[in-house]
Amino acid sequence: MTLELAATVTDRDVEVALEVADGETVALLGPNGTGKSTVLAVAAGLLRPDRGRVVLDGEELTGRRLVPPHARRTALLAQDPLLFPHLTALENVAFGPRSAGVRRRAARDRARGWLAEVGADDLAGRRPGRLSGGQAQRVAIARALAADPRLLLLDEPMAALDVAVAPALRQTLKRVLEGRTTLLVTHDVLDALLLADRVVVLDRGRVVEHGPTAEVLARPRSAFAARVAGLNMVRGRWSAGAVRADDGRAVAGSPSGPALREGDAAVAVFRPRAVSVFRHAPGGSPRTALDVVVTDLEPHGDQVRVRAGDLAADVTVHAAAELDLAPGVPVTFAVKATEVDVYAQ
Amino acid sequence: MRPGVPRWVLVPAALGAAFVLLPLVAIIARVPWTDVGTLIGSDASRDALSLSLRTSAASTVLCVVLGVPMAVVLARTSFPGQRVLRSLVLLPLVLPPVVGGLALLYTFGRRGLLGETLEVLGVQVAFSTAAVVMAQTFVALPFLVVSLEGALRTAGERYELVAATLGARPTTVFRRVTLPLVLPGLASGAVLAFARALGEFGATVTFAGSLQGVTRTMPTQIYLLRETDADGAVALSLALVVVAVLVIGVAHRGRPGGAL
Amino acid sequence: MRRAAAGLALALTGALTGAAAGCSAGEDDGTRLRVLAAASLSSTFEELAAEFERTHEGVDVQLSFGGSADLVAQVQEGAPADVLATADTATMDRLVTEGLTDGAPEVFATNVLQLAVPAGNPAGVRGLADLDTGSSTGAGSAAEDVDLVVCAPEVPCGAAAVRLAEVAGVRLSPVSEEQSVTDVLGKVTSGEADAGLVYVTDVRAAGDAVEGIAVPEADQVVNEYPVATLADSDEADLAREFVQLVLGATGREVLDTAGFGAP
Repeated sequence: MTLELAATVTDRDVEVALEVADGETVALLGPNGTGKSTVLAVAAGLLRPDRGRVVLDGEELTGRRLVPPHARRTALLAQDPLLFPHLTALENVAFGPRSAGVRRRAARDRARGWLAEVGADDLAGRRPGRLSGGQAQRVAIARALAADPRLLLLDEPMAALDVAVAPALRQTLKRVLEGRTTLLVTHDVLDALLLADRVVVLDRGRVVEHGPTAEVLARPRSAFAARVAGLNMVRGRWSAGAVRADDGRAVAGSPSGPALREGDAAVAVFRPRAVSVFRHAPGGSPRTALDVVVTDLEPHGDQVRVRAGDLAADVTVHAAAELDLAPGVPVTFAVKATEVDVYAQ
Repeated sequence: MRPGVPRWVLVPAALGAAFVLLPLVAIIARVPWTDVGTLIGSDASRDALSLSLRTSAASTVLCVVLGVPMAVVLARTSFPGQRVLRSLVLLPLVLPPVVGGLALLYTFGRRGLLGETLEVLGVQVAFSTAAVVMAQTFVALPFLVVSLEGALRTAGERYELVAATLGARPTTVFRRVTLPLVLPGLASGAVLAFARALGEFGATVTFAGSLQGVTRTMPTQIYLLRETDADGAVALSLALVVVAVLVIGVAHRGRPGGAL
Repeated sequence: MRRAAAGLALALTGALTGAAAGCSAGEDDGTRLRVLAAASLSSTFEELAAEFERTHEGVDVQLSFGGSADLVAQVQEGAPADVLATADTATMDRLVTEGLTDGAPEVFATNVLQLAVPAGNPAGVRGLADLDTGSSTGAGSAAEDVDLVVCAPEVPCGAAAVRLAEVAGVRLSPVSEEQSVTDVLGKVTSGEADAGLVYVTDVRAAGDAVEGIAVPEADQVVNEYPVATLADSDEADLAREFVQLVLGATGREVLDTAGFGAP
């Protein structure tokens, strides 16, 4: 069950092409309003693209006649579980099989199986109004799976859940997505890491980066992927042992991967942990020094994350107090060249 | 805790309530209680009440059969001229019923637009109970359509989209998702339509005529009785009020906390 | 409790009529004569009112037309009026017994029923006999196919129709018993009904839309129109003068033209 999707939706300024291999889970990452949900809508048949084609399992879905949603077998699971409020959890899950013509009893048996699969068998008789957010989403997952979809479309399925229930549900998803062709929209690095084989990063309606999840998160080439991966990134051109950005910033580092030539587009990537913060620029050390202004401070584990525009540094609480850090304070971010990974963009 | 309403609002609100309730009190005060049984029990009155209930029920069914699809088309599709069509379809809401009756006459009457066709088919609408049902449906249909279209818009399309992606065909979605979701709206629309049909007078007398047991409904009977027997008219009015209150009461009970 | 309700009612009336008062307050202070008349008298009384205003400088005759029973009920409920003319004596008598008229009413016109058929007479009705559904006569089955509309027995024209059928010895099976003569006429002019029993004055007023077929027996069922000045009139003298106009030669001439008979 492979998906090939190429779509242009003019009024939303989306022009995307992507593929999902059989049994693969692909995460669509990207900032809000960048067209991720539009891509899902095109795949589900809820939106007709101005140009492009959607081919699922060798079947052209966007021929002269658009194949309607109900004939696609592409179950959609959104942030809001959208369980039918007038049906019990069991009836909700049985909805897909019933719609496919399965007899009532058989559909119910199948629904019970799927409820058990997601660990919600005890909720069978409840109405959606009496389910918690996490329970409802479990039932919604069972409902989507019970429809026996060729392609599963997940639109930020955990975004509306409590931090407390998200991990368990993520584990459940990980189990049931195994071997299923899935397109997953998320902005959460954990979802991408745990659930996706590959990620596709969208920005302003275009694919800016794609590749195996671990690789993209370890060596992001787009600002968004770097942010999702929690990494600092400076983009520019490779010159004299440093990546030099258009705004004059230069970050020294050691190239990895294919050799870089002078003037090649490159990114310098480093972890916030590797950044030291000074009130006054240290002289004569082999470090890169970036003069920045603190924009924000936030707790990060047992440390304090100091944000300065698109860069971040992690310091101890003690250091933050000593340096008397506050938004608006000018500081210097310093990073050793050995901590900076440089590669072609 | 509720934020509360400004206190001055209570004065016009009470005035408004009194404006509606006082006439009710006044008519109840005029009811000749000792004779009420005989007055309502007369053949003419019983026929009128039974005819009214039967025709109102029939026109409510007709309103549901025609109005549900109309509301769905208005709420769930878009096509050129839809706004104009909606306004026109809702016209009977503001049209004087007598005008509605005339319009029906010019359409289905013997010399009307479809009259000759109907005549050839051997159907004569005029002076028949069917004409009463048609007149009532004409005036009541917009109530059901408006009420249901509102419910459909409030319910939104999200559930229907999910149902479609789960493999449900449009008919299945309509039957198993759309209809159950808007059932309360449909029920209140049907009650409104029934109540409107029960009270229909102008279009009926203009289009259907007035004959005991065939076309003379309660309102027509009340209006006629007033000529000779004011007490009888009051007693019959009371019966009509009771029926209306019962219908609204039952509809309310069916929807806990729901408002019409 | 009761007083509170009454107080509320008063406040309500005040609030609601306050707005309405604004509309009528601007009237000139000339003399007003308020005349209530049966709907069938509308054209003749408009003519007579104009005549009255011409001969009475500064007098404004306000006409209000309606069903006789409605008009009587309005007077009973205290509507201000000076003269009342009804289409039958029975309704007028209700006011006489309550002492609401100023003296005895006088009959000023008569009216008889006639068969009205749509222009062209599509059903070929020739007389009451064609409408007789009585089983004794051979015409029965044909009469079933003719849609006859009459007034309901509760209203004067319907009561007259019942008596006419008795006098003529026919059994009528109308498809509808309408509220008023206007409704009957409407069903005939629109072609819905093949025939209707209405007053001869209605047939004349309807012009070319209907054809009248005289019913010989109608002369035995004469409808009388009484007129009276009302006890509560503020303009008793003027009211009496208006009644004199109706009863006099001018009135006779106008009524005659419209088809009304002399008392």
